[in-house]
Amino acid sequence: MIKDITIGQYFPGKSPIHRLDPRVKILLTLGYIVMLFVAQNAWSLGLGIVFGLAAYLLSRIPLTMIVKSLKPVVPVILFTAALNMIFVDGETVFQLWVLKITREGIHTAVFMAVRIICLIAGTSLLTYTTSPIALTDGIERLMGPLGRFHFPVHELAMMMTIALRFIPTLIEETDKIMSAQKARGADLETGGLMQRARALIPILIPLFVSSFRRADELALAMECRCYRGGEGRTRMKQLQMGPGDFAASAIVVGCIAGVIALNLLIP
Amino acid sequence: MDSIMEATKVSFSYEEEPDAPLVLDGVSLSVHRGEFLAVLGHNGSGKSTLAKHFNAILLPREGRVLVDGMETTDEDRLYDIRQTVGMVFQNPDNQIVATIVEEDVAFALENMGVPPAEIRQRVDDALRSVGMYQFREHAPHQLSGGQKQRIAIAGVIAMRPKCIVLDEPTAMLDPRGRAEVMRTLRELNRNHGITVALITHYMDEAAQCDRVVVVDRGKLLLDGTPREVFRQVDRLKGVGLDVPQVTELMHELRRAGLEVREDIITEEECAAELARLLEGSGR
Repeated sequence: MIKDITIGQYFPGKSPIHRLDPRVKILLTLGYIVMLFVAQNAWSLGLGIVFGLAAYLLSRIPLTMIVKSLKPVVPVILFTAALNMIFVDGETVFQLWVLKITREGIHTAVFMAVRIICLIAGTSLLTYTTSPIALTDGIERLMGPLGRFHFPVHELAMMMTIALRFIPTLIEETDKIMSAQKARGADLETGGLMQRARALIPILIPLFVSSFRRADELALAMECRCYRGGEGRTRMKQLQMGPGDFAASAIVVGCIAGVIALNLLIP
Repeated sequence: MDSIMEATKVSFSYEEEPDAPLVLDGVSLSVHRGEFLAVLGHNGSGKSTLAKHFNAILLPREGRVLVDGMETTDEDRLYDIRQTVGMVFQNPDNQIVATIVEEDVAFALENMGVPPAEIRQRVDDALRSVGMYQFREHAPHQLSGGQKQRIAIAGVIAMRPKCIVLDEPTAMLDPRGRAEVMRTLRELNRNHGITVALITHYMDEAAQCDRVVVVDRGKLLLDGTPREVFRQVDRLKGVGLDVPQVTELMHELRRAGLEVREDIITEEECAAELARLLEGSGR
């Protein structure tokens, strides 16, 4: 059923990672990316991997989810690995016509692949443990200072919230329209690509029309509830940093320092 | 008479041209503080247009609308007017903004700039007064139509309005959802003293109100208690409206030559009247 689509891949839970302030979580994810790119040798990258695994274990997200999050990027990983293997100069290990595979090439390829895997797994953890609404909230507040430069922070966040709110509604409506068109003999399942694309038109047009009507009514309802943009607006839920947030920040900063130290100590 | 909303000779048209057809044609209506009013009228009678005049969504072309002493054309008082008169619409899906129930109820208060601690308090109060407190952390799409509409009402109640205007709030609901919404509205009216103006085309809902007005072709046709209005069966039918089934039954019996009361609007009264009639004929 089309209704079963999950959005944002959020896994509700109450682990220490789930309870972190979304702002802190976004910043720490950025910190983790920095950590991975600062790492220059196997030891320092190893620390990054250990940190990532520890975070997953702490969040109680099943480790199989790492595999799932990596699936769509497997081609990218293989492609970069192949390029690295071929184009990095050094001691030749294996030669096939003009393609030389070097020892350094293999080293770089594996290193980059591990780095990308950690990167994807780490950022996925953010969406696994943070609800879309908390994520939106965190982004709005982190970008808050940009508002001073007339960047429409509140408007963007409002748009994201409304989009999230209407995804289930529109999915349900698509389902209904599809059934209605099928009942009138529309064939959605057979035929070539072009034929199927054309079969979507009688579904998309009613969906569009009704979306505009919904937008109109929603705008009216928002006006009736005194909506007048972001200025002077307060929020019911205040984000508050707790001891966990400070501890997590300290750990990430410590790990970045550890990675730098390992880089320097082991050439 | 103490009125919370007062329309005086209001005319309105959606088109700019001076000779365009009028949707409202000189309507005068005064809604009294604390009353439960039903506005009846068939599609296109102008009842929704009238409703939108009461919180300055639409402004009259002629005449004036006063809300708690404030002129709706006064732009400085716009948000005071919208806080005084809350508005609930037909489709609950299209008036819920947030992805979590309590966040949606908080929406109006956040717009008004109420301090966070007070928002929390008022949201909890509003959710309790519509009986949806235990659903505060649900996503709107997990709720039934009646529940969604009660959330929409809570979102308006949180502003602590003196009056709420509802534009066919039960039209898209099943019978159970309709009963839920009506019960909620009666409680808000009785226990919290909120004036309710309910636009509806369900006669049994109108029969539960204190006062009924009938709008037809942009004009006010009838105004009175449900008993006074519904006994005019032929006039209502003439403008394409029904009367409650029990009223119609009494009307038909009378036409058939039986001596029955004509101002009957509830099933209990109808049953009592029929029982009296049967006993009478048995003797």
